[in-house]
Amino acid sequence: MLDHIVPTRVYYTIFAVLMLCTGLTVAIAFVDLGPFNIVAALVIAVFKAALVILFFMHVKYGSRLTWAVVVGSAFWLAILLVLTFSDYLTRVSLPFG
Amino acid sequence: MSPDATVEVHHPAALAHQFDSLEQQRDASTFGMWVFLATEVLFFGVLFATYAIYRAWYADAFAAASHELLIWAGATNTVVLITSSLTMALAVHAAQTGDRRRLMRFLVVTMVLGTAFLGIKAFEYYTGFREGHLPGPGFRFESTYFQHAQIFFSLYYLMTGLHALHMIIGIALMAVMLWLSWRGTITDEYYAPIEISGLYWHFVDIVWIFLFPLLYLIGRHA
Repeated sequence: MLDHIVPTRVYYTIFAVLMLCTGLTVAIAFVDLGPFNIVAALVIAVFKAALVILFFMHVKYGSRLTWAVVVGSAFWLAILLVLTFSDYLTRVSLPFG
Repeated sequence: MSPDATVEVHHPAALAHQFDSLEQQRDASTFGMWVFLATEVLFFGVLFATYAIYRAWYADAFAAASHELLIWAGATNTVVLITSSLTMALAVHAAQTGDRRRLMRFLVVTMVLGTAFLGIKAFEYYTGFREGHLPGPGFRFESTYFQHAQIFFSLYYLMTGLHALHMIIGIALMAVMLWLSWRGTITDEYYAPIEISGLYWHFVDIVWIFLFPLLYLIGRHA
């Protein structure tokens, strides 16, 4: 009994919120928000992912080392996405494909 | 430290020699798993980057192709997978509290839900193949988007296929965990295998949380 044991009540609450968000993301997809449809979809997905990481994956109660790896992987993913998009999405003419 | 033999005797059975304490041992396994998951984030990250570029270039073709996917199947699978994450979290809780029967029950439920996910996915692939969604010589689509819809479906099969492969590995992992639990290897002192298998399972769930809206929900209002 050395670790922080998360009460099952927390898991059920997170599960309920995740289900609500799933319903919300489907409902929003059928409303025309123009360019904000994708923004809404991604905001909800990131929120859901954060809940899973923090509670189901215990990062909220994790060591600083765990936090460092989690934040680090998000940071490296950001490098991957930002540098790639800064090239491909700023080209004047559409190339191959 | 004196080389006293009694020090050895008081070691917990689950503690390997190279660690000072059970807590340090568990931190090491959790750390190792997270580093592995960081590589997995980048592995899937490249595919999401590819998807984003092509979607930005061929937005209309992507919307038209996305409409061909079965939204009810994708939504049901999201519910199935999130529920399996709940049962996985409850399995870890059961392991931490030393409740072996409950642990084994939740592992079985998690495996059943994972298999249900793959079943629904297989049904989707089957209907997709029949309707000519598989890029290549047999591909069928309206002529306006014929070429670029193939890019969408290539990414769809690649990303969901790799995700499904992760699910199969996850289910196999759960079978091993079930075996370890049945044998009594897992105790409230030594449950790191359940904990880090759970981390893997939740990660695969997170990948789907992004795949579902990006693949199934493009321009559904149109």
